[in-house]
Amino acid sequence: MHVGSESRVRDGARAVLPLALAVVLFGVSFGVLARAAGMGVLPPVVMSATTFAGSAQFAVVSILGGAGSVAAAVAAAVLLNARYAPMSIAVAPGFRGPLWRRLVGAQLIVDESWALSARGGGRFDVPVLLGAGMVLYPCWIGGTVLGVLGGEGLGDPERLGLDAAFPALFLALLVPQLRTRRALAAALTGAAIACILVPLSSPGIPIVAASAACLLGWRR
Amino acid sequence: MPAGVAALSGVWLVVALVGVATIAIKALGPAVLGGRRLPPRAGAIVELLAPAVLAALVVTQAVGGERALVLDERLAGLAAAALALRLRAPILVVIAVAALVTALLRGL
Repeated sequence: MHVGSESRVRDGARAVLPLALAVVLFGVSFGVLARAAGMGVLPPVVMSATTFAGSAQFAVVSILGGAGSVAAAVAAAVLLNARYAPMSIAVAPGFRGPLWRRLVGAQLIVDESWALSARGGGRFDVPVLLGAGMVLYPCWIGGTVLGVLGGEGLGDPERLGLDAAFPALFLALLVPQLRTRRALAAALTGAAIACILVPLSSPGIPIVAASAACLLGWRR
Repeated sequence: MPAGVAALSGVWLVVALVGVATIAIKALGPAVLGGRRLPPRAGAIVELLAPAVLAALVVTQAVGGERALVLDERLAGLAAAALALRLRAPILVVIAVAALVTALLRGL
């Protein structure tokens, strides 16, 4: 760590505070839905601590809850988290210290911390990313614990419309991704593939197959 | 082994595999590539993964059924959510609106 990086860690923590409550509540909804999908109490909490990536975790809940296979759930989650590969590569030059510390620090990469640390022109303020991630990580796990413990008394998730929370959530995560024409084309192609395959295959397969739409990126 | 136990061990398997894979993916930059970048073409493909998969998730969660496309109250909830997004509502409000509209229509 060089001079000033500690204060920038604090800057990152402060910048992410407005999002912290939202992440707690997001964690609560993950806990509630995971419990309702029959994932039990401990597995969702362990998942929040190890995976720490909202959209992939919600995808797993929705596929397991819909009686999809283990392979389909894992594949969909890994495909969703594949975006962290280029994000991790982009911030890598900013990490300091021994390898183990850089590897642990990289676990704090989530969409929000990554976006907050972007300084334009492909440069990233990694201490800001770490500060933001250190706030969000306990919020996500704490919210999950509250959700799995408190979700029991909620009753039938369908009566509460919780099944409609999923497509709404994924739409909300999708819209900010549609900044380029190519991203929009990939999204529409993915949606079309899913529509065609839903009646033909078991749950989860349409999502994995839809990932082939990313090959649109091959054309320059 | 009772079915419930088998189902729960499947859940743990998913948790373990997804956890290990995600940790490895996030560590990729500092661990393997140092300061190098992905080749541009590979980067362009990976960039499109999230929109493609998220769009498929919207579809399967909104109209997916048991090997059939099912049009029900979820679709009205999704439309309400899209409107909330258009009005720049925060993500929690968007989700709550979708659930509320769907629940109200089912209660009718």
